[in-house]
Amino acid sequence: MVEPLSPLAPAWKPGSHGNFAAGVGVVLSETRPGSIVEAAAWHGEEKKLIAAIRKSTGLSLPDGAGAGTYSGGKGAFGIAPGRFLLIDQAEGLAARLREAVAADTGTVTDLSHGRTAIRVAGPKAEWVLSKLFAIDFALPAFPVGSGVSTVHHDIFAQIQRTGEDAFDLYVFRSFARSFWKMLGHSTEEVGYEVR
Amino acid sequence: MLITCPYCGPRDLSEFTYQGDANRARPDPASTEQQAWYDYVYQRVNTVGDHKEYWQHSGGCRSHLVVVRSTLTHVISSVGFAREHDERKSATRHKSGGKA
Repeated sequence: MVEPLSPLAPAWKPGSHGNFAAGVGVVLSETRPGSIVEAAAWHGEEKKLIAAIRKSTGLSLPDGAGAGTYSGGKGAFGIAPGRFLLIDQAEGLAARLREAVAADTGTVTDLSHGRTAIRVAGPKAEWVLSKLFAIDFALPAFPVGSGVSTVHHDIFAQIQRTGEDAFDLYVFRSFARSFWKMLGHSTEEVGYEVR
Repeated sequence: MLITCPYCGPRDLSEFTYQGDANRARPDPASTEQQAWYDYVYQRVNTVGDHKEYWQHSGGCRSHLVVVRSTLTHVISSVGFAREHDERKSATRHKSGGKA
């Protein structure tokens, strides 16, 4: 097994920071999933790919753009037409999917070491993310389980809502530390805890 | 300016990349006809009003889009996947012996 090293380690300062006198507005953490995998269907093969994902992972992707599902450390959501991001706290998801997805259905790309997963959770999570991304984070517009692909300046981010006030952000590993520091500055006003 | 991506919904202009005029027709790559290539590479109509153009949702789902935007008001009257826009053209190309 390859021991995963976090790119956030040099900037990782557990504890409360910023304006937390009246309580902590958000908790920032790294979810460190064992598997982050992108599955893409060839044009017209989307239904077959969704069926293969359900068969090998047990995750059933709902219909619709950006729709998804999350429970117990396992998640999946649409990031583009015919493309899905799949997450599992356990390792080995990419290998299982590669067996299940036929070559003429689509492709499976293991991104486990290429993305860093950051969780922003707490009563001020919507507020903080609204400052960073031009996305409607309100619950009716962005239901639990669904996801979006967006960008903060040049840092590409795929965001899934994993709870009523929790969001998981997947950013490129090489940008993750810079993004993490920026996230810290943005959450200072509401008080944040790193854990 | 907001562009309503057919997959992602309305998104800010900063997520998109302009990819040029969608009115010109690319000549057959095997063609050596100078005038056709000259027109394709250099000639632009410089439309006043509704203009069909390619955009990519580069900061989102990365789809290539065909957008009709008014050059006078920036009002966007239609957005669709470039894939669907080009389907008729590429279908004839595939039929004429090219690879799918």
